[in-house]
Amino acid sequence: MTETTVGRPGRPSPREIRAALGRASTGRRGDAVWAILVGGCAVGILLLVLAITTLMVVESWPAVQRFGFGFIVGQRWDPVGGHFGALPFLYGTVVSSVLALLIGGPVALGSAIALSELVPRQLRGLLSALVELLAAIPSVVYGLWGIFVLAPLLRSAVEPALRTALGFLPLFSGPAYGVGTLAGGLILAIMILPTIAAVSRDALLAVPNDQREAMLALGATHWEMVWGAVVPYARTGILGGFILGLGRALGETMAVTMVIGNRPAISASLFAPSYTLASVIANEFTEATSDLHLAALVEIGLVLLGVAVVVNALARLLIWQIERAGGSAAAGPGRGR
Amino acid sequence: MRTPLSIAWHRKVANWLLLGLCLAALGAAVAVLLAVLGYVTVQGAGGLNLDFLTNTPRPVGDSGGGMANAIVGTLILVGIAVVVGLPVGIGAGIYLAEYGRGRLATVVRFVADVLTGVPSITIGLFAYALLVVPLKSFSAFAGGFALGVIMLPVVTRTTEESVRLVPASLREAALALGVPRWKVIARIALPTALSGIVTGALLAVARVAGETAPLLFTAFGNQFWSWSLRQPIAALPLQIFVYAISPYDDWHRQAWAGSLVLVGLVLLLSIGMRLVVRRQRYGG
Repeated sequence: MTETTVGRPGRPSPREIRAALGRASTGRRGDAVWAILVGGCAVGILLLVLAITTLMVVESWPAVQRFGFGFIVGQRWDPVGGHFGALPFLYGTVVSSVLALLIGGPVALGSAIALSELVPRQLRGLLSALVELLAAIPSVVYGLWGIFVLAPLLRSAVEPALRTALGFLPLFSGPAYGVGTLAGGLILAIMILPTIAAVSRDALLAVPNDQREAMLALGATHWEMVWGAVVPYARTGILGGFILGLGRALGETMAVTMVIGNRPAISASLFAPSYTLASVIANEFTEATSDLHLAALVEIGLVLLGVAVVVNALARLLIWQIERAGGSAAAGPGRGR
Repeated sequence: MRTPLSIAWHRKVANWLLLGLCLAALGAAVAVLLAVLGYVTVQGAGGLNLDFLTNTPRPVGDSGGGMANAIVGTLILVGIAVVVGLPVGIGAGIYLAEYGRGRLATVVRFVADVLTGVPSITIGLFAYALLVVPLKSFSAFAGGFALGVIMLPVVTRTTEESVRLVPASLREAALALGVPRWKVIARIALPTALSGIVTGALLAVARVAGETAPLLFTAFGNQFWSWSLRQPIAALPLQIFVYAISPYDDWHRQAWAGSLVLVGLVLLLSIGMRLVVRRQRYGG
């Protein structure tokens, strides 16, 4: 193209210009190829999720057919006898996750408030990074720490003290094992803390300063300003963070498997060993010999997938709402997590 | 007599008490981080030596030995994950940033976000059903594939965000010169966003390097060296798990040493990325 127009003295004839234009690429074909390429990748993600769901339904079909709805409400898990009821695992998963939210949630919200409202600006980045580093430590390392540090501490000090103080409640009765629902809930609380803290902090930072100034102008104390004007404004994002944390707790596998005790029984006591959906897959899948046992474990995975999808979809919708409202103010290093 | 501006004492107490609790919560979070990292460092340093880094595991009762094959295995698995997850993730991210205004894009974005929250053990089940069952063997490839699937949505979303940050003026300038759109993306937008994309990729790598659950029934673990992608392969997190739940003191020591190596690897990636990102943001 450049040869005909620039490389030669004098003006090119119209015929030459037309010929050059005919040869020049408009990029239409390249554009089409490119769009199909990257569009294909995007559609690939959809197909992948479809494949995950389909394959798991197919693999678990023998168990679904055999047990029907009874699978979810059945209490007996006996691979040798061929009885598969997932209720103990569902119970263990829900109790340990709720416990994690009850313990980790307030601490995470407190941290987020401290990070956005109290800490000097120069320290904010460093402290935020430290809190988020909690999310970078691998699950299996938390498990190792849980086995050798947390569980012995619970058995020798925390659980006896709780029993002395609150032993009249069934929650805090029974022998102190160390490993059990309480240990699982605590380890999960630590693991979901950075998620909740990061999302809540971003939501709080996205609150316009007018809110704070108006509240202070009314004579509110610093805390009244935070609790009365800032937190309520950011509540959607904070809720999203809590639900995201819940999703993480429900699906967490290794650390919980290592400290929860792995006993498929429903017990009122938090000290007693229990079992979660993810843990039973981790422990039994490679050792399952009968096809029905494998199918039952995949069906547990399917239940887990369903719960995770619902919880995460809910969290994302809430967080998207706050991102749209907060605009670029919500942008921060932790946004992608 | 009270002046009109004085604050009732209980409001003052509540103020200091509750703000103090928030600071205490932040302190507790940082303290837990330091406690875990400190414990891993102290315990791990005791078991870490040249033997650990160069030998394969020994049988029970035979002290010594190491996790060299597991360290290399983790690197191989992460390598496969990068090959599987990175190209598709970057492609999808480009689509969302450059073409993503329609309904399809919203759906893809949503599905990618939900996929980020799908428990990793479920992805392991998927890889098992897709690759282990038909190939009739646990394999490095199945493990790497599972890790790649976990990487995929993370890479997609970070790529989208970095490509979006490329100024519109750059794109418009190129388009005004008659450059085709695909060339504008490939030659202008991608190089400009490259550091952001690399950051996202490394963060995703840091995340999957420590994953254990999806490897349990895909990569499976191996006590020996293995270079075949169709054979079971050792991985650092798997080896830590097996040693941690074993009853042997010597294995516990090795589990701590392995944790130190794993945490070091992951934190190096995470902190390194943070520093790179910060330099870009504030250094112009």
